Amino acid sequence: MNDRQIKSLKILDEIKLSGVIYTARDQAHKRLVEAINSGKKPPIDLKGAFIYYCGPTATPKGKVIGACGPTTSSRMDKFTPALLKAGIKGMIGKGRRSKEVVAAIKKYKAVYFLAYAGCGALISKYIKKAKAVAYKDLGPEAIFRLEVKDFPLIVGIDSQGRNIYD
Amino acid sequence: MKTISADKIKKTIAQLCVKANLELRPDVLAILKKARNTETSKRAKKLLGAIIENANVARAEQLAICQDTGMPVVFLAIGQDVRISGSLQQAVNKGVELGYKKACLRNSIIKDPLARGKSFYSPVVVHVDIVPGSKLRITVLPKGFGCENKSLLKMFSPTAKIEELKGFIIDAVKSAGPDACPPYVLGVGIGGTADLASLLAKKALLRRLGARGSKLETDLLKAINKLDIGPMGLGGKTTALAVNIETHPTHIAGLPVALNFSCHALRSATAAL
Repeated sequence: MNDRQIKSLKILDEIKLSGVIYTARDQAHKRLVEAINSGKKPPIDLKGAFIYYCGPTATPKGKVIGACGPTTSSRMDKFTPALLKAGIKGMIGKGRRSKEVVAAIKKYKAVYFLAYAGCGALISKYIKKAKAVAYKDLGPEAIFRLEVKDFPLIVGIDSQGRNIYD
Repeated sequence: MKTISADKIKKTIAQLCVKANLELRPDVLAILKKARNTETSKRAKKLLGAIIENANVARAEQLAICQDTGMPVVFLAIGQDVRISGSLQQAVNKGVELGYKKACLRNSIIKDPLARGKSFYSPVVVHVDIVPGSKLRITVLPKGFGCENKSLLKMFSPTAKIEELKGFIIDAVKSAGPDACPPYVLGVGIGGTADLASLLAKKALLRRLGARGSKLETDLLKAINKLDIGPMGLGGKTTALAVNIETHPTHIAGLPVALNFSCHALRSATAAL
């Protein structure tokens, strides 16, 4: 998704996302921000990246991924402005965000999507490829690179800072 | 005296973990379908449809209903005429590990709450009741933490008005808002002590949904469903699927009220040996 497309989105828009996204939840966020703050290169390219707040179950035999729904976004709030500054453009999760995050989304012209909450089995159908690419020692909290097709999302906070939960 | 082997308990718990995580409880599914039919918001209807479809996909594809396969809470009602051969504690934890590994469920338990670190399948939370008879009844409730994190306890004054209790519960739902996967099921424990009220609130989640409730339960459900939070917090009249209240005798000086939230994926399974 390019900057022009992100800019055209407004809250409550329902889209189907296809492309590459990266999972990251609590511990991965902590490590990414620690890497940025200490001047180290993060293990994934954050420029233009879409981050999905998700810790999937193990992958059953013959499947691409296990259940993989969104986790509560607000736990990532304290790390999000630093990641937006480092270049991420999209976030996917569930629930509300802090004022600081809403302001940072507006400042960096990014977008926050809601995925169907508590629908991890259904969402696995939209994941075409999955691979752990960083922080593998964290198990389900590792960073996974996901190729998604037609992943249904709702715009929760748009690039102008409008918030679905206001 | 009846003897039940720890090995049998282990295998039963493994099966219950798989069943609870892969097959949504029939009463939960039925109440979700009813809510979809009576919901008037178009978006809420669609989201309830996705939740129902998710349960169907989980069952058909043998996938976890939700990736947060929870902290397993195991309830054991042990008949006083039952003798267990082998280690019960080990049987419970090994049984959970066996079931969780087999069904590719998530290892979400960390050994030290402060040091955090690597996650495992166990140890789990176990509650034991000693009951009459010679049966062992086992229930596994995998409890996701998005909703567990919204749990509350308040020690009311014994002269508190019922409206204050209602206000506490309704405000808790308002405060949870969209964050813990509404529509919720609310388990409420009233009476006992601080610890027992909390346990009753969790046990209330095990009661079948959709049965005729008390006046307090019905009143609370109506009030909560007027908050317009709805599925994913995007509006609608389906903010809670049920309010289940359990009570217990308490002290003349107190009135403990505990609240345990469940997300819409309320999962549990029971077996009797």
